[in-house]
Amino acid sequence: MTHVLDPDAVTAETPPRREPLAPYRDVTRSDAAFRAFLHGLPGVDQVGAEARVAVLGTRSIKTTAKAWAIDTAISMVDLTTLEGADTPGKVRSLAAKARRPDPGDPSCPQVAAVCVYGDLAGVASEALAGSGVHTAAVATAFPSGRASRAVKLADVRDAVTNGADEIDMVIDRGAFLAGRYLDVYDEIVAVKEACARPDGQGRAHLKVILETGELVTLDAVRRASWLAMLAGGDFIKTSTGKVSPAATLPVCLVMLEAVRDFRAATGRQVGVKPAGGIRNTKDAVKHLVLVNEVAGPDWLSPDWFRFGASSLLNDLLLQRQKLRTGHYSGPDHVTID
Amino acid sequence: MTENPFQYAPAPESRSIVDIAPSYGLFVDGEFVDGGGKSFKTVNPATEEVLSEVAAGTAEDVDRAVRAARRAFTRVWGPMRPADRGKYLFRIARLLQERAREFAVLESLDNGKPIRESRDVDVPLAAAHFFYHAGWADKLGWAGLGPGPRPLGVAGQVIPWNFPLLMLAWKVAPALATGNTVVLKPAETTPLTALLFAEVCRQADLPPGVVNIVTGAGDTGRAVVEHDDVDKVAFTGSTEVGRSIARAVAGTRKKLTLELGGKAANIVFDDAPIDQAVDGIVQGIFFNQGHVCCAGSRLLVQENVHDEVIASLQRRIGTLRLGDPLDKNTDIGAINSAEQLARIRELSDVGVAEGAQRWQPACELPARGFWFPPTVFTDVSPAHRIARDEVFGPVLSVLTFRTPDEAVAKANNTTYGLSAGIWTEKGSRILKIADQLRAGVVWANTFNKFDPTSPFGGYKQSGYGREGGRHGLAAYLKGSDA
Amino acid sequence: MSSDRLAVRKTYKLYVNGAFPRSESGRTYEVTDTRGHFLANAAWASRKDARDAVVAARAAFRGWSGATAYNRGQVLYRVAEVMEGRHVQFCEEVAAGEGISGSKARAAVDAAIDRWVWYAGWTDKLGAVLGGANPVAGPYFDFSLPEPTGVVAVLAPQRSSLLGLVSVLAPVLAGGNTAVVVTSKERPLPAVTLGEVLATSDVPAGVVNLLTGDAGEIGPWLAEHDDVDAVDLTGAPAGRAMELERLAAGSIKRVVRPPAEEPDWTADPGLSRLTPFLETKTVWHPMGV
Repeated sequence: MTHVLDPDAVTAETPPRREPLAPYRDVTRSDAAFRAFLHGLPGVDQVGAEARVAVLGTRSIKTTAKAWAIDTAISMVDLTTLEGADTPGKVRSLAAKARRPDPGDPSCPQVAAVCVYGDLAGVASEALAGSGVHTAAVATAFPSGRASRAVKLADVRDAVTNGADEIDMVIDRGAFLAGRYLDVYDEIVAVKEACARPDGQGRAHLKVILETGELVTLDAVRRASWLAMLAGGDFIKTSTGKVSPAATLPVCLVMLEAVRDFRAATGRQVGVKPAGGIRNTKDAVKHLVLVNEVAGPDWLSPDWFRFGASSLLNDLLLQRQKLRTGHYSGPDHVTID
Repeated sequence: MTENPFQYAPAPESRSIVDIAPSYGLFVDGEFVDGGGKSFKTVNPATEEVLSEVAAGTAEDVDRAVRAARRAFTRVWGPMRPADRGKYLFRIARLLQERAREFAVLESLDNGKPIRESRDVDVPLAAAHFFYHAGWADKLGWAGLGPGPRPLGVAGQVIPWNFPLLMLAWKVAPALATGNTVVLKPAETTPLTALLFAEVCRQADLPPGVVNIVTGAGDTGRAVVEHDDVDKVAFTGSTEVGRSIARAVAGTRKKLTLELGGKAANIVFDDAPIDQAVDGIVQGIFFNQGHVCCAGSRLLVQENVHDEVIASLQRRIGTLRLGDPLDKNTDIGAINSAEQLARIRELSDVGVAEGAQRWQPACELPARGFWFPPTVFTDVSPAHRIARDEVFGPVLSVLTFRTPDEAVAKANNTTYGLSAGIWTEKGSRILKIADQLRAGVVWANTFNKFDPTSPFGGYKQSGYGREGGRHGLAAYLKGSDA
Repeated sequence: MSSDRLAVRKTYKLYVNGAFPRSESGRTYEVTDTRGHFLANAAWASRKDARDAVVAARAAFRGWSGATAYNRGQVLYRVAEVMEGRHVQFCEEVAAGEGISGSKARAAVDAAIDRWVWYAGWTDKLGAVLGGANPVAGPYFDFSLPEPTGVVAVLAPQRSSLLGLVSVLAPVLAGGNTAVVVTSKERPLPAVTLGEVLATSDVPAGVVNLLTGDAGEIGPWLAEHDDVDAVDLTGAPAGRAMELERLAAGSIKRVVRPPAEEPDWTADPGLSRLTPFLETKTVWHPMGV
């Protein structure tokens, strides 16, 4: 059920809502207005979207293009461990891998970030200090997001305090599916504010996880993408990795269209991060083709595109070795983390 | 625009899989034989390289082929158990699948179409047509054509150059499934896959004379159409030639089906799924370089989203990759012939002269071969030739409308009636507009989809008869309701 | 009726766009019975009458083809009801025009009315019998439906003046087409009476247009007319069919060739006279969420 708020009542107790960028300043003035805006976005025909990614999936990326794609993909990896069994030792080992993915080849690029739970963000940032590799922490009662807002915001502040310079938050899918779009919006705005560093030196980068596997339809993915971008998310991210399906190419397509259209309308560029389920080089290259041909080459950098992954990196490294040596490699030639 | 760091390296499909002979004869009565006419060259339109010399069938050659087909019809194929006819077609379907890569490469070499399309569309669909019709061979009594439908006899078939193997399949598969035998004339510029198909017939042990392939130009086609002992004429090609064929068979017993030109409207409403609509527009007009009779060559876009749609479309066209048809990443291949290129250029220039705005992406054309960049005309008026004549090339004319009634009126304002497209998220509007469009195939929220189970064919001057599905069988049968 | 009463004779006119005009040419011709006795002067339709009839048929097409099949079925059934009321008149005209006995004429009229009823019942069956869903290999709902071809020019049989006429006209209408009919030249009177039936049924003006006259004269104009979508040459004058078919090729008309000789119209026609004037429309739509 949609909560229809009395527009006059909104300002009574809460501070004024942070407005989105022009030309969309007025779309959050009421639940009804926001709903009308999000539902007024063009629909997505699922079959057509799938057909498009199927065609792009036939792109044949060979030789020099493949070498470039592999190095670029490595540089875009958010090397991730999100297990209950995570320990400081595991995180340190991952950080070492992030700094030097292929110990035998110093020309191999670093990954973009290490992604951990908030309590281990300190361990990660210490291990990554000076490397240029970012520390990303999941927060806001990841992965379900089912906690009070106060707890979620505390979660974020804790991670930032611990040294995370990137926060991967989850949206309230329950609220989204129930049509309480302003609640979802307000929460992202609040989380973004909570990303401010305690020392006043800027704020952590905010990635907004839509958990597209729970939104199900591509129409909902498009609406959630716009909602997250309007609320100020720096990245929109597909999935927690804890829900199946996680990242899929059609979902990524729709999100790339969203960031492309959003920049065209507002001038602000937002990044995209598919996460979960991208396990091999072929998948990663397909995603890069999608980035290239849908959002455009401006997104072909770790600043604007990331892969949330763990096992992907080793496959990229194996393929990289194959390209360099001319023969196939094996699992013993990459490190286990 | 800054240099894109992600440059796709060339990814050419190997042509070593095909073995093109320096010359080919006609395939008559199960054998390759010399033709009586002056042989002609078939070239790779992407490079102008001569691929082979092909025999030109004379009226005498056609007569030999028709006699072989008649013999095969009377003695072998007609009397054969229907289930066995079906088994031969199943064999052919499987052989096409087994040799799919070879067919795809050969098709792209001879036609100029991108390997992605020959590999993913033409060849698999051709195999699917044989597989589908194979199953009909022993079930014709259930086709809804009345009790005991019977084959007509010898079918003379003339096919175009835009989908050489696929058009062959559309013609040959239903003809054979219904118990007819065939004399087929492939297009002059694209004979090679039909000749490779002859080899498939031999591998399938198809009885001699059931399929005869007579290569040549217009004269050869005319000899097929006008031969007295042909019972059925099936033609796909231009409306102009269709007219002359209809005149030629007038007053004879020959049953005729025609699949002719088109000038399809692709109607985009303001509530369309915009990204898919843009893909559909691209697919509609640039698929196979626009050498498609059902191409969505007239974009009718609702005026209130015109600028947005055109901007998206231009951006999308900017990502299309034009070049070597054998490169697996090529989206737009070569124009099939110098003659066709000249026609496209002429109509495109007429568009400019008549006052429409021509837009083409920055696009480097190869130095050799026949090429035309994807082209969009805006400010097109319904009176312009580019809004009325079939260009048969990668040239889109954009017109606008304000209301559904206006869209329908403009869409139907053509002598053609082959296909149309509708893009809107509103279900009841789709059904209403689809109902009002005078076109044989209506694609709603999709475009240029084909399937052997789905009848295809035109209204008005786009021809008559259907190909595919239960309806397609009627063209090759006689009986109370066929 | 006392025998000494002087009969009030009917003026036989054309039936075009729901009205009964004389030929714009002012021409008439004498219609006689098979023994040569005068029956009436029929209007002798000209090419301009044919042109007017095509305009009327085109204008009526949208409404007639857009009516529900149930509605078309009821309208056509109504025609049969009104025909039944004119049974005696039809019998007299058929007997006189065809030179057959009263009982044979009655049988022909009965068959004609029954044929009309038979076709009236087809309107809402064609979609199911000739259409259907196509199981394409992909996530699409794909269906095919029969639709009327458009304006059909019919050269009616020359011999069977009512049963033959009904057998070629009713299927054209049942499919949703509109018709321009050139009637039997020598036996036109039942056709004109049928026009009066149509005018007093619920058939919209222009759906059927009946031209009495010479198919050899008007036929070429209709066969070549760009706004005619199909032509039925059943009643084409001997030796003229090839010429007419050639003319029809100019605009890719659907053509029904004449039989070698006029058939036995009492035979079950099956779908053979429906399908030539039906197009198949195939519609695709994706299936997604």
